[in-house]
Amino acid sequence: MTDHALSRRGLLRGGAALAAAAASATALSGCGNTIAQGFTGAPPASRRVNFWNPFTGGDGARMVAMVDAYKKAHPRNTLKATTFVWGNPYYTKLSLSAVGDRPPQVAIAHLSKVPVLAEAGLLRELREDELAKHGMTPDKFDTKPWKKAHYGGKLQAVPLDTHPFVLYSRTDLAKKAGLLDGDGKLTDLDGPDKFIDALKAMQEVTKGFGLAIASNKDPSTQFRLFYSFYRQLGGTPLVTDNGLTVQVDMAAAEEALAFIRRLATEKVVPTGSDGAGAITMLTTGKAGFLFDGVWQVISVQESKVKFDMQPVPRIFSDAPYACFADSHALVLPKASTEEAQRLDLSLQFCGSLLQSSAEWAAGGHVPAWLPTQQSAAYKKLEPQSHYTAAADGAVYDPVAWYGGAGSNLQVEVGDATIGALKGYLSPKAGAERIRSELKKLASVESPI
Amino acid sequence: MASTLGTASPQRASRTSRWAGPGLIAPFAIFYVIFLVGPLIYTFIAGFFNGSLLKTGMGDWVGFTNYGDVLADSEFWRTLGHTLWFTVLTTIPLVLMALVLAILADRFVRGRWFIRFAFFAPYVIPSAAISLIFLWGILADQTGPAFEVVQWFGITPPSWLGDPNWAMYSIAGVTVWWTLGFNFVLYIAALQEIPRDVHEASAIDGAGPWQRIRHIVVPMLARTTVLVVVLQIVASLKVFDQIYMITGGGPDGSTRPTLQLIVDTGFTDGRTGYASVVSLFLFLVILAFSLVWFAVARRNQKES
Repeated sequence: MTDHALSRRGLLRGGAALAAAAASATALSGCGNTIAQGFTGAPPASRRVNFWNPFTGGDGARMVAMVDAYKKAHPRNTLKATTFVWGNPYYTKLSLSAVGDRPPQVAIAHLSKVPVLAEAGLLRELREDELAKHGMTPDKFDTKPWKKAHYGGKLQAVPLDTHPFVLYSRTDLAKKAGLLDGDGKLTDLDGPDKFIDALKAMQEVTKGFGLAIASNKDPSTQFRLFYSFYRQLGGTPLVTDNGLTVQVDMAAAEEALAFIRRLATEKVVPTGSDGAGAITMLTTGKAGFLFDGVWQVISVQESKVKFDMQPVPRIFSDAPYACFADSHALVLPKASTEEAQRLDLSLQFCGSLLQSSAEWAAGGHVPAWLPTQQSAAYKKLEPQSHYTAAADGAVYDPVAWYGGAGSNLQVEVGDATIGALKGYLSPKAGAERIRSELKKLASVESPI
Repeated sequence: MASTLGTASPQRASRTSRWAGPGLIAPFAIFYVIFLVGPLIYTFIAGFFNGSLLKTGMGDWVGFTNYGDVLADSEFWRTLGHTLWFTVLTTIPLVLMALVLAILADRFVRGRWFIRFAFFAPYVIPSAAISLIFLWGILADQTGPAFEVVQWFGITPPSWLGDPNWAMYSIAGVTVWWTLGFNFVLYIAALQEIPRDVHEASAIDGAGPWQRIRHIVVPMLARTTVLVVVLQIVASLKVFDQIYMITGGGPDGSTRPTLQLIVDTGFTDGRTGYASVVSLFLFLVILAFSLVWFAVARRNQKES
């Protein structure tokens, strides 16, 4: 019996010793071990940069190529890139890592999310002289995203691109429908009636629909559609004052929703297609147009059909031209120490990614890096260079803690838009729903 | 252990056995306290603060404000309604179908293993795989088999997952197909415990197959039925993963369960106090359901 007790105790003692040994081994192997860092909060090895991004699919493959270019140019530095699922979960992880003092050195963020991250104090503000050291000067950036990268008068992010919501078109089908002019360009799409006439002409060719757009399980796409029209109608940003005040221009919202409903009642647009389905409709010729983000260009290209892209048409002319857009940017989450921040190493990496902008542009994004955007090579890139003008009319998400890419605001407004498109909400009820849902969001105490 | 060996002195034996019980239970108890009791107490306390994920510390004391806000929040009641409706939609078929299929499968002599395997197989598929199979495959718009099959009958199918009126039924259908195997196996095990001679005796007394099922088999499965129903209700009230992966709570929030409201407000919006109160309420609902059901079942057993 005594022996049993002893051996059990011995076993426990042995186990404890083993655990201690394992722990000290981890501590000794030190900074290189990411898991150990997670527990101790120690900075990673000194020439290492951790980089987080939410890119999968075509964007993901391009980002890997850009990261590889950096690794090749700087073999002495280690770069650890980690990919997460896009949307809210990504920002949750990014925020938590910064709050918990274990942030990556560099991360991708949408410019629509930068105000929230900056307001929460999670970002390292950047000075122009710090950027200039690595060749990044203000004159080399597209003005719109550059301005948007500022918050509270300080630069918070290094913009990488602008990715607007655009119109895809099948040129072969458009030609049959008689919608092309002598140069092979689409004509007469501007104005609500002209646009619907063009869609009807296209529908006669496709025998299906004129225009494909995702509505099922895709409130974000519907938000982008609504917001483009709403802003063309002169609508105010839906919320102001960092999300505290709701300011919906009810007349503009109702008119935008009425036009979206009209697309359905004229039967030129399907009311039951999801994101992948909408693209398939275009590539299989069931629809001749598609409203979607520029980042789908690779999916369409892979189907080998003849197509073109252009900015969202000017359906309404009550206000300066507007179309929904967002930008990817590089942010430096605030680290607990200068050593963990690795400012120079991080900015060097940001600069390297900007140098690879041509690679990124092929994936549909309009580069924010002017040396690439104005290069002859980019101008020759088709159809990517056909919608550069959209970046000038870019309107970003309203600024609020519940706004930005994949946010509650997008979901609520998108859901109301889907309701109007499918006809279970009248345009008036849809506009009222947008206002009431936003008021609900605005009344919640901000967590930042 | 000491008494079986019988060699140690009585004093030593009592000393050892005094620690044997707590000692054996300690590994579990420690985990239970750290990962269940502790977080529960923390949840309760956090509910009185307006804590934020984006700030360190507990936040400010707000008393019962979060409780009032949750009870006045139509979205909380709506998601609770979805959770309960999902529970009704899944528990009834999952219990009844498992019982019927188990009785049928039990009658097979040849190939019984295959029948059992076939019904149980979906249960071992992870929720992520199930979600992908149905989201991108079977229930896909325009292209999915479910869409095509319905069209053969000349009916225009709805968007199974995109139509707010259909999405919850689709999710419930997926769940029934997926988890039926578990209840099925419990019933199969219980059926095998019914002695052969009870069947024979009733057959000699002139009971037909239907009478035997109704008056012998089903009553003798009562204990298992109680277990299956309780486990099923609790599992259905905790629904999250398949909905999160298939519809994300949409379309138009029509499938959003309470657990997702907790995740959205807690981890996306970062409002820990509010989310704590919602999870406490959900905990109470599940607890109440389990207690009521056990009480009813216990009374029935005493009566019979």
